[in-house]
Amino acid sequence: MLNLTINKKAYQVDVDPETPLLWVLRDTLGLVGTKYGCGVAQCGACTVHLNGEAVRSCVTKVSRAVGQKVVTIEGLAEKADHPVQKAWLELDVAQCGYCQSGQIMSAAVLLRENKNPTDADIDAAMAGNICRCGTYLRIREAIRLAATSQRKAGNG
Amino acid sequence: MTRRSFLKSSALAGGGLMLSFTWLSAFTPAGREKEMAPGGQWVEINGYVKITPDNVIKILNPNPEFGQNVMTSLPMMIAEELDVDWQKIVVEMGPHDNAKLGPQFTGGSNSMRMYWKPLREAGAAVRQMLRTAAAQAWAVPVEEVTTKAGMLHHAKSRKSATYGSFASQAASLPVPKGMKLKAPKDFTVVSRSKKNVEGQKIVSGKPLFGIDYQQPGMLIAMAEHPPGFGMKLKSFDATEALKMPGIKDVFRQQLYAEGFEQGGFDTRSFNELLVVVGNTTWQVMQARKKLKVQWEPAGDTKDTMGGGRGPKREVVVPGELESTDAQLRNMKDYAAKPAQQLRRDGDPETAFKNAATVIERTCHGPFLAHNCMEPMNFFAHVTDEKALLVGPLQAPGWTEPTLAKVLNLPADKIEIQMTRMGGGFGRRAYGHYLTEAALISRKVKAPVKLVYTREDDMTYGIYRPMYTATYRAALDANKDLIAFHVKGGGIPEHPIHANRFPAGAVDNYLAEGWEIPSNITIGAFRAPRSNFNAAAEQSFLDELAEAMGKDPIELRLELLKRAKENPVGKNNDYDADRYAGILKLVRDKSGWNQPENKKYSRGVAAYFCHNSYAAHVVDMVMRDGQPYVERVFSAIDCGIVINPDAATNMVQGAVVDGIGNAFYGGLTLKNGAVEQTNFYNYRLIRMHEAPQKIDVHFVQNDIDPTGLGEPPFPPVFGAVANALYKAAGKRFYQQPFGPQLNTPTAL
Repeated sequence: MLNLTINKKAYQVDVDPETPLLWVLRDTLGLVGTKYGCGVAQCGACTVHLNGEAVRSCVTKVSRAVGQKVVTIEGLAEKADHPVQKAWLELDVAQCGYCQSGQIMSAAVLLRENKNPTDADIDAAMAGNICRCGTYLRIREAIRLAATSQRKAGNG
Repeated sequence: MTRRSFLKSSALAGGGLMLSFTWLSAFTPAGREKEMAPGGQWVEINGYVKITPDNVIKILNPNPEFGQNVMTSLPMMIAEELDVDWQKIVVEMGPHDNAKLGPQFTGGSNSMRMYWKPLREAGAAVRQMLRTAAAQAWAVPVEEVTTKAGMLHHAKSRKSATYGSFASQAASLPVPKGMKLKAPKDFTVVSRSKKNVEGQKIVSGKPLFGIDYQQPGMLIAMAEHPPGFGMKLKSFDATEALKMPGIKDVFRQQLYAEGFEQGGFDTRSFNELLVVVGNTTWQVMQARKKLKVQWEPAGDTKDTMGGGRGPKREVVVPGELESTDAQLRNMKDYAAKPAQQLRRDGDPETAFKNAATVIERTCHGPFLAHNCMEPMNFFAHVTDEKALLVGPLQAPGWTEPTLAKVLNLPADKIEIQMTRMGGGFGRRAYGHYLTEAALISRKVKAPVKLVYTREDDMTYGIYRPMYTATYRAALDANKDLIAFHVKGGGIPEHPIHANRFPAGAVDNYLAEGWEIPSNITIGAFRAPRSNFNAAAEQSFLDELAEAMGKDPIELRLELLKRAKENPVGKNNDYDADRYAGILKLVRDKSGWNQPENKKYSRGVAAYFCHNSYAAHVVDMVMRDGQPYVERVFSAIDCGIVINPDAATNMVQGAVVDGIGNAFYGGLTLKNGAVEQTNFYNYRLIRMHEAPQKIDVHFVQNDIDPTGLGEPPFPPVFGAVANALYKAAGKRFYQQPFGPQLNTPTAL
């Protein structure tokens, strides 16, 4: 049995400790917001927060998450109203939407670390997240919008 | 509602009262449960509209959603005539029911076009039925009953009621036909930007996609396919794999029986797979590594084709293990041979013989993989009596007959539920993976989700074909264009649209095509054929303009003027005015002739396909020694734009997709095996390579809407090629361009 804390909730799972966190989230716990895209940390669809850092859950062994804090898209904000999520809705970023939870998780870490990112900062931070529909321009814009609203709200 | 009226409305509405039992509502987040299953029961007025007595109004979207936003834009058409408050309605994916909900396929940029009239008529019919029910109850003339945002009113008697209070009475009325529809000037929903109705679910990670579907007792299946085209399974040893934790079974699974008559979308690359079934995805992935499998060359094989696509016939699939180098040599040989004539105007041979100058260029395009972000997958639960299938696909109506034949079940015992798709791009029109999932479920007698890994998905096939085209133009001594010749070929099909521009604009014109049979499977890929033609032809027109000493936009406009005023030949399949319209619009919006834009390496291209017109101006700069598209201006004519902001998003996405594929897209083969297997060696465009600005402009007109998913995509390749010519000082003829520019092949 492995003890996990995901989105502030405690779980006990009986899985091979080598199993990537992605598949524990999706198959064992039914938290399917974290997506499978490539399995080799190339596309970013599986991005989650491990102790606040953006990690690719498809290559992160679940044993690494034991006793640590994991946050997935389902737990980014209790009411799904994180500034990044709100900006995504405001600008209607998504097309198919499949990659967007990974994009949002990457963007949330960027904005926590860098309250006022330049376009170059955004491009660098988001280069690991592929969007096959090509919504990159709106993602950039949404990150700028979230940064602005975050600063206005005094969180910056 | 009484039992009597329930039965009555059931009989009349062909379904009547229906409770919402779909998995989508079962998966509804807590916050929306009240909305989705309100106190009252749904009264189905027609297939598209259900209303509860307490006035919750639900619109069912007929077409599968793969990111083109039909979940929002199709219901907008119904809402326009139904007269409801858009903010208060519930939108849900409809069931697969072609009798009630029409063709229900997503592809060919057809959704807006094919549903424009039926959905507005459906909305208008429901509104009329509600008005009639109210008029009968209030004993007033129906003409005096007005509606506003889900309410019925009679001004003289000051009576008002909700739609919901008359829903059951309305459902028992005959459905009116030939309703008068609003003129575009009266629209209040259509042509107003509406947000994606599933936006909140997307940003909060709710289960929406096929791969997210789960059911108690569900097993996971994966399938090993041969490592190359032209290979097949010889033998296997699963002893070690079966010892792995969670593994239930390993078996060979044949897809189609010998002689199975394949229809147009029954394409499958490998007829026999080695299936591994287990409890979880990771367990199955691990067990696959323990399989000992022997593959062998399949040799020439035969497929039986027919199934609604031409007469029943046998087709030989060659067994050769193909490699890209040999394919290119082979294409060169074929290009030199006589080809099938597709169109001829005037006397092109004589014109070329008498020409003062002949320009000839050959372009190549590689196989492309769709690479939907959500890999192929499908849930199936098949018993002896019935089949339930849930997942991502573009055309349930095309796969259901195949399932019925393969499973030997009547079609009415097969239920296909459509989930949101993580991309499609044509790939999910080919339903082999449903059939595979269904057969696996029947074999293991359990609910199963078949999941392709990224590697499975990328190497399976059903690619954009490999193309080439040679363009020739003849100029007279005055540098006037007197003849045009295109000869295109491909593996395994040619790309030519013989009646497209510049056909109709040149006195002497010849279009020819040739094809090389292959075992590499191909299928629709965002704007099939056009996605290569536009690149090759629009790049050639640029060269032609330069040779003629003309501005590239001016040359195109002159040719279109000719096609309009004095068209050559018959069946020219474009409207010269609309074509010219987008060129003028993009010239204007991009400041084509303004000197301050000279700092950019600018390229233009325009194309017509899938009933819509698209032009782009691409502004390229050199950044860190690499060409970078910094800005793009787009002009589109797709008639009435249903949802402008979403349409803009899709055009921007098509531009990014086009830039990415022009620079990086491509598969190569060695001895039948695809050399690219995942995103580290099949490069997709990333954030830092996307333009800073994509400025989208729509031609404003009242023409019935046509599609937008595909049309903006093809001309991007041509505009990029033309800009790259200026930026790099030489022209590139081989896609993708990236490898010739020494761009990194991976991030």
